[in-house]
Amino acid sequence: MAQNKPTAAQLIGAVKAFLEHEIKPDLKGNKAFNLMVALKSLDIVQRELELVPAFAAAERGRLVAILGHDGSLDDLNAEFARRLRDRELGIDDPGVAQHLRATTLEKLAIDQPQYSGYAQALARDTQ
Amino acid sequence: MVAHPSSTGQVETALTAVVRKALPGAHGIAGLARLSGGGTQENWAFDGVGADGPLPLILRRAPANLQCAAWTISVPMATEAELIRRASAAGVPSPLVRYVLRPSDGLGAGYLMERVAGETFPRRILRDAEYAGARAAMTAQCGRILAAIQRVDTRGIADLPVLPAAALVAKFRGIYNDFHEPHPVFDAAIRWLEDHLPPPAQPVLVHGDYRNGNFIVGPDGIRAVIDWEFSHIGDPMEDLGWLCINVWRFDSPLPVGGFGDREAVYAAYEEAGGAPVDRNHVRFWEVFACLKYGLICKLFVARHESGSDAAIELAYVGRRTCESEIDILNLLT
Repeated sequence: MAQNKPTAAQLIGAVKAFLEHEIKPDLKGNKAFNLMVALKSLDIVQRELELVPAFAAAERGRLVAILGHDGSLDDLNAEFARRLRDRELGIDDPGVAQHLRATTLEKLAIDQPQYSGYAQALARDTQ
Repeated sequence: MVAHPSSTGQVETALTAVVRKALPGAHGIAGLARLSGGGTQENWAFDGVGADGPLPLILRRAPANLQCAAWTISVPMATEAELIRRASAAGVPSPLVRYVLRPSDGLGAGYLMERVAGETFPRRILRDAEYAGARAAMTAQCGRILAAIQRVDTRGIADLPVLPAAALVAKFRGIYNDFHEPHPVFDAAIRWLEDHLPPPAQPVLVHGDYRNGNFIVGPDGIRAVIDWEFSHIGDPMEDLGWLCINVWRFDSPLPVGGFGDREAVYAAYEEAGGAPVDRNHVRFWEVFACLKYGLICKLFVARHESGSDAAIELAYVGRRTCESEIDILNLLT
């Protein structure tokens, strides 16, 4: 379906601006804290809308290479986790550690790009 | 009687009756306010009012809705209160517990303790000039206090689980499996932990959440250790691992809570009578701590999804799980 404008990302931007400028100044204490969490949650949704298509394709491509067959991302990821759990795959096997790191960095780019461990990992992986 | 009052007005009414009964000389309360944060439990600050002037107090209680099926990691409030009393007797800086709630009090499960003045917000402790002296003192204090925790006499305390390394890994593997949501990093971590279990050690009291954020800090350093809800009997190295993981450094490069060096805390702990520190075992417990942090994030989401607690923070925290995943990978790859 081709939805019309505003895009989902634009709607979230409008909601964020409303909360930030018209609601936040009136709040104190626990409610102000919860509003900050709400705004951070909307930031995640905005980044997810923008970044997930490319990240999901890359993640699926890596899983196909490791597992040696095609499938949906959900199915491949469930199989990958099961094979790690059942010791059919290990972190030292070809591509496994690299895939785990790449996928986790992609999650962080959406969920917690400010996290110090993300910067540490990026610095290492781009050396 | 309201079974579990939740509004400030309801809590105030029930709490006033408790204070009149339990605290000699107090005839009322003032300034009741729920504190933000606190994770799983509710903390309320207030003053007891009496002829001797205001008495700063905290009501700590379990929310009515903590009993979401997945939440199996907290000791009961009465156990926590007894642990604080025993820890204080063993020399652990602790608030004074004044009263443990009874069902007839109508406030749920919890206790009243004296409010220790100081700061708990980690970034302020790491940043503000007034805590410069505290930062210099806290590493050695962490080591000495941990040795004192491990001397606490826990005999006869009800509902304090015994969880040596193998049992603890199995417990969190079960928590992870019950989510039925793949996190391949967790599968790799659990397997690594199972392959690197430390040998059984002399069991001691483990605080379970021993880290920057659960220390009440004054300019002089640590004034009290709080939040004993994840405590259990277990391995003496476990709290050292939790203390040092990256999430509790709050962007500082210093591994001990963002304020200290590993070798300094190990030395203070050993000098105060702690067990010999095995660096490999601490590393095991750091990997475990990262896994535990990530799964606690998931448990918050489970509470949110169960409908038992609508707080937005519980949902948001689920998107912090990736912090534990990258910390695990930074340790293992």
